[in-house]
Amino acid sequence: MRAIVTVIGKDKVGIIAGISTVLADNNVNILDINQTTLQDVFTMIMLVDISGLAKDFTELAECLEKKGEEIGLSVRIQHENIFNSMHRI
Amino acid sequence: MIRTREVLETIKMIQEECLDIRTITMGISLRDCCDRDSKRSRQLIYDKITRLAANLVKVGNDIEKEYGIPIINKRVSVTPISIIAESSDEEDYVRFAETLDKAADAIGINFIGGFSALVHKGYTNGDKKLIRSIPEALSSTKMVCSSVNVATTKAGINMDAVCEMGEVIKRAAELSKDNDSLACAKLVVFSNVPEDNPFMAGAFHGVGEPECVINVGVSGPGVVKSALEKVKGADFGTVSETIKKTAFKITRMGQLVAQEASKRLNTQFGIVDLSLAPTPAVGDSVAYILEEMGLEKCGAHGTTAALALLNDAVKKGGVMASSYVGGLSGAFIPVSEDAGMIEAVKAGALTLEKLEAMTCVCSVGLDMIVIPGDTSASTISAIIADEAAIGMINNKTTAVRIIPAFGKKVGDVVEFGGLLGSGPVMSVNRFGSEEFIKRGGRIPAPINSLRN
Repeated sequence: MRAIVTVIGKDKVGIIAGISTVLADNNVNILDINQTTLQDVFTMIMLVDISGLAKDFTELAECLEKKGEEIGLSVRIQHENIFNSMHRI
Repeated sequence: MIRTREVLETIKMIQEECLDIRTITMGISLRDCCDRDSKRSRQLIYDKITRLAANLVKVGNDIEKEYGIPIINKRVSVTPISIIAESSDEEDYVRFAETLDKAADAIGINFIGGFSALVHKGYTNGDKKLIRSIPEALSSTKMVCSSVNVATTKAGINMDAVCEMGEVIKRAAELSKDNDSLACAKLVVFSNVPEDNPFMAGAFHGVGEPECVINVGVSGPGVVKSALEKVKGADFGTVSETIKKTAFKITRMGQLVAQEASKRLNTQFGIVDLSLAPTPAVGDSVAYILEEMGLEKCGAHGTTAALALLNDAVKKGGVMASSYVGGLSGAFIPVSEDAGMIEAVKAGALTLEKLEAMTCVCSVGLDMIVIPGDTSASTISAIIADEAAIGMINNKTTAVRIIPAFGKKVGDVVEFGGLLGSGPVMSVNRFGSEEFIKRGGRIPAPINSLRN
């Protein structure tokens, strides 16, 4: 089971560290990271494996959201399927 | 891996362009709930709905969280109640509506459809009782929706039913006058009604449907509008291609949710309804799409052509994205639920006559139109007859959901709230049709060759 984590907001120190700590704490493995900064807007897309997830998916989503608020960014996690179904035939 | 651009496109559609799954509707057959004893029949109905749809809301919410896509409504449609209730000794079918309302409340859904009768060729005893009880049923319950099919291409138009529905709508408006005649917003009169439509108020579970089924209705006028903003001034081939591509993406998402929901609810997947269903939210309007194509206001000359292109392109794009397509599939044009339509009516650009022309090429019909409270029943029947004729001759679904708002005049605005929005009262032709409607009988089925 794989999901996509999207982080969008103003670039600053410690974004990747903050988000990946939450993921590691929940036994989520990062498979791929892609990041760009366009005019100071930081965008990071992470492909993660959630098959070893210790808690409920919803709880993880809330943890990430909370972390995002702490750092001042928008963080969301969605099942990978929604992107595959929309953009791949 | 999926590209960054694609991830961001999806997120933008959801966050900024109001993309959502409009409804997950569970269709439930009540054919095994017939009983001579009305009380027992109603108990069977209540038990079956609350058993099969017990997890509907939870599953909808779970999918919403996991995929990050809003699922606005979870609903249930049932076998037309006239068919179930007529085996019973009950005279007052309002009680069946109350049972449906209670079941809907117990499982936490916001609408339940199927307080319906199919009378395109004539009435059974159950149909008669059901139609008679509609005004009270809709004004005394909260979540029950009703529909009556009065015409089909194969059977013609039942003008007795058309005549009666004019009276029923007037009575429903009067009984719910304290709520701006809200009962009428929960009643649809159809021609060629589909049996698998997931959208309210016209949803019911057809007799050819399985025991239990999941149908999903998608939405996304805002996404289409913003895609068209990027091809300003381009020719119609480009416009059509752009709409098709967008409709494909929207529908794929609907297909995913439909499959996931039916798997989790252990239920058969029925269809995805490829509809552009507007909401009163700014940026979620079908009228704005038509205006984006170059019309100064929705309702200007050219609107019918623009809508025809839109409707067709949505279907072409959507059909490939889903394995089973059904329901109403197309663009909805409900006036009170569409910010752009409301503006167009207020500006005097959009009239009832233009809307009637638009229904020839859109997916449904005259939808959520508020007319003066003193409009006569025969005029309402005549509006229904016109719309039914369009559906019958053109082999398509048409419908009338019209609200003769009690005590309101042209220029007033009626507030329904929520997804039903607010509707400016529109003027109707002041010349009468009473003698025409009084004739009764049936308009015969049309010939299907020599089509001019």
